[in-house]
Formats: sequence, C-alpha cells, structure tokens
Amino acid sequence: MDLYLPVANLSVNALVIILLGGGVGLLSGMFGVGGGFLTTPLLIFYGIPPTVAAASAATQVTGASVSGTLAYLERDGVDLRMGTVLVAGGLIGSLVGAGLFELLTAWGQIDTVISILYVVLLGSVGTIMGREAWASLRAMRAGMPPPPRKRRHHPMVANLPLRWRFYRSGLYISPLAPLLLGMGVGVLTMLLGVGGGFIMVPAMVYLLGMGTQVVVGTSLFQILFVTIATTMVHSMTTGAVDIVLAGLLLLGSVIGAQVGARFAQSVRPEYLRLLLAGIVLLVALRMGVDLFIRPEEIYTVQ
Amino acid sequence: MIRAYALLLWLAATLLPLGAAQAADPRLVPDVSNRAIDIQYSFTGEELLLFGAILYPGQRLPDDRADIVVVLKGPVRPIVLREKQRVAGIWVNASSIRLRTSPGFYAIGSSRPIDELVDERTAAIFELGLRNLSMSPTGFSQAKKLERFENGLIDLYRRLGLFYEDPSAVEIREGVLYRARIPVPARVPVGNYRAETYLISKGRVIAVASRDVEIRKAGFERFVALAAQRHGFLYGLSAVLLSLTFGYGASAIFRRR
Repeated sequence: MDLYLPVANLSVNALVIILLGGGVGLLSGMFGVGGGFLTTPLLIFYGIPPTVAAASAATQVTGASVSGTLAYLERDGVDLRMGTVLVAGGLIGSLVGAGLFELLTAWGQIDTVISILYVVLLGSVGTIMGREAWASLRAMRAGMPPPPRKRRHHPMVANLPLRWRFYRSGLYISPLAPLLLGMGVGVLTMLLGVGGGFIMVPAMVYLLGMGTQVVVGTSLFQILFVTIATTMVHSMTTGAVDIVLAGLLLLGSVIGAQVGARFAQSVRPEYLRLLLAGIVLLVALRMGVDLFIRPEEIYTVQ
Repeated sequence: MIRAYALLLWLAATLLPLGAAQAADPRLVPDVSNRAIDIQYSFTGEELLLFGAILYPGQRLPDDRADIVVVLKGPVRPIVLREKQRVAGIWVNASSIRLRTSPGFYAIGSSRPIDELVDERTAAIFELGLRNLSMSPTGFSQAKKLERFENGLIDLYRRLGLFYEDPSAVEIREGVLYRARIPVPARVPVGNYRAETYLISKGRVIAVASRDVEIRKAGFERFVALAAQRHGFLYGLSAVLLSLTFGYGASAIFRRR
C-alpha cells in the first residue's frame, strides 16, 4: 500500500512503516525505552531524508512515552522537582540543538555528525548494558545474589555550587547537574530524534546517584516534555516533521508497545537487557561500518 | 483618423511578410495528456504523454524526414551539490559547489539521438540533452571539477528518475503525428513545468512550441505541506496532539480489556 509523504516528498509503503513502528514499539514496551534510537536509523536505511527521519521519530517518541509517564505519575514514581529541572535543561538543549542543526547543515556535515554520535553513544551504552546484564546473569546462574550497586553521586557533581534538596530522589545536590544533563540529552533529541532514555537512565543512576524507584518515571517525564518541545522546534525551524510519517509510526508503535509490555512480564529482566544490548550494538555496528565503506551516493543535493 | 490609417497600414506592412514566412515554415500543435498533475496520497509517479501534430504549409510533406524532440523541464532552483571523499578513513562531505539554476526535473525524448539531429552548438543553445543544461555555477572553480560535479549530479538524478533521456521516446506517425511518453517519478518536485516540442530538420530547429504543465500537491497532501511551511507553530502543535492522543488512546483501550 503506497502512501505519499507530503513533507518528505516521496512515497513509501505504508505497511512497512507501520510494521517498523510496531517492531520498535514492541521493543520499547519490553524494555521501557522510547525506541527513537532505532526508528531514526531504520528510517534512514529505508530512504527517508535524515532530517525528516530525526524530526518525525521525535514526534513518535512522544506517543511512546505518554502512557508510561502517566502510569508512573499515578504510582508517585516521578520526582517532579528533578523532572522540572531536567525538562528546563532539555528545553535549552533543544534550542542549542536547533542552532547546531542549522550550522552543521550549512557545513554539509550533519549526516556524518549524526552517524558518529550514534556509533559512539550506542556503542558505549550497549557495551555497558551488555556487560552488566552478563555479569548479573552469571551471578544468577552461580546462585549468588546480584552484585549490589553502590548509590553515590559522582564527585564532579558534588563539586558544583548551589544545593537543592530532591526528596523523592533522596538527593541533596546542585540543580546545575541535572540541568546540564537535561541540556545534553535535549541536544541529542534534536539532532538524533531520540528520547535519550538510554543515556538518561544510566546517567541518573551513575552520575547523579538517584534512587532507582524514581529513575525510570522521571526519565520518561523528561522525555515526554523534551520530545514535545523538539517537535515544536523542528516544526518552526527545519519544518521537517512529517505528520503522515509520524502517524504511521505511532499507529504501529503504540500497539507494539502494549504487546511488548505484556511479553516483558513473562521474561527475566536480565535476558531482556542482554537482548537490548545486542540490538543496540548491532545498530551501532551497522552505522559504524557505513562510515568506512564507500557510500552508494557520493554526491548529494541540498 | 489619418494617423490611425497610417498605423494600420504600417502594421499590415510589417506583419504580412512575417505571416508569409510563418506560412512557409511548418507549425507545431502540441498538447499534453494532463495539464495539471495532482500529487495525492497514493501518488507513485505518473506517465505524461506529450503529443501533437506537425502542420506543413499546404499540407505537403517535405521529402526528407523531420525529427521531433520533446523536453519536459521543471522549475529551476539554487542548490548546493556536495561530494563525499575519504578523510581519515571515513566518508564525509569534503567539497561542494553552488548551482544557481539547477532544474529539479528534466526529461528529454527524441525520435533519434540528439547528436545525430543537431550539432553541439545548436544543442547547447536550445539546452537539448542533459550535458547541455546551463546550471549557472557560482564562484570560481576549475572546469575539471565542475565537469566532475555535473556528471555526479546527472548520474544521481538519473537514478532518482529526475533526469531522463530517451533517444527513441518519440514516435512519429505518417510524418505528421507525434507522441512521446515521459515518466514522472513520485519524488518529482512541485511547480510550473514546461513541455517543449522542437521540430528539427537538416540540423536546424525549424519550429518550437510549448505547453505549460503544473505539478502540484492536492487535497490533504497540499494542506499538510502548506501548513508545515507556513504555520509551523500550529503544525507542530497538531503533531504533538496527534502523538499524545495515540499514546494515551492505546493505553486506555488496552487497559480496559
């Protein structure tokens, strides 16, 4: 079933896009991630222009994170104060990202930067996640309790001036730390079309030392608002959000997410994390290899 | 009064010889199968039929065969063309040129290969053939580099279906009726197109005629594209609302089960 995308200016097979959204949704339901890090590269592989892919993927992540955010809010699993600081940082970050986007586009380096960022981020996150899941699996097999995590924030964070109390997270730290973290993730959301949960969650745990019961909820809260902001900024600057493309992705992903969430309850979380790490590393590898082999198109028009 | 008569007389004197000359040369009556191509949800490209008649004065066919060249040309726009090169192992955009008047679409069909019909100079004057498009590069660059980039662009657009060349696209029936099919791909840029027909005999262009074709987005697609361009804020807001509705709706439906 061919469908014309009015902003991307090309026609795609609607079924393929819905299935793609469904697959990503399945993963996001299983692992509690937005899945933008998969949507954007897959859309680019399919032939959608990178800008349109990143912008529309961000819109899709909004839909993927709304129900999760509401669920965590109901269960009091969100540190609203921390979330607000993160969102504020994210808003600044998305504006910085918009500026960077324009600059890199003018230089003609946006595609390369997007690819390199993906390889570095996904590569390192995938490696960390995989190693950890592997270690806890081995401990489980040996019948030992999983190695306990030490909960402390990074010394760099402790050295920042100004301190606020974040009761739900159990922290007394400078708000500049989450502000900067939010900013960094906001830039990535704008450039890569990712929610940034795969960076946010480890950063919250290892850099800020937040209590685990509010980490996922607060991360979802931040992702929801920052992807909304990103959609708005993209609409008003690059004009690259394709609402038809986003709609197709959403149709697949919201259904996939529900199925995935059900499936996740019946599988051990260690296996899930190992699987996710594998997928993340595969995407990173594919993008990394693409950087080094001769591209199909030497010439591009802008 | 006298003045008006003088004017009429003068007009007649100047126009008559011209009319006579026109009468001696053949005339083209061109048309296209579709004056306005609408891009809508299921648009996967279209085939445009360029056809028409050659009217010879006195309805007498000349002894030697005349040829027809049809050109469908899209709106020109300024572009930046970038070239990837290997830098420190990875492929990055390393070099670029600006072209002020690059057509977003150009298709040429003829009854015989262009180089058999006219000499290079004539082909260049009438911009017949992909190599003869004048794209107005700006800034100083070496002729070699320019040629390399132009070849790159032609190759790229050819594979996208945006440039098209077929030396046997035109079929001429009994020397007076011609027709040619030009494929228009889905990624065709919108705008005002010109369908031009050239009648060529003995290396000379003896008649030219053209028709306008409009390619536009229509209906919902037009509405969306315009909204994205002109009302970024409202467009973004609707995209956000759409995704919120989808996300919330799905979880509400699944929870009820």
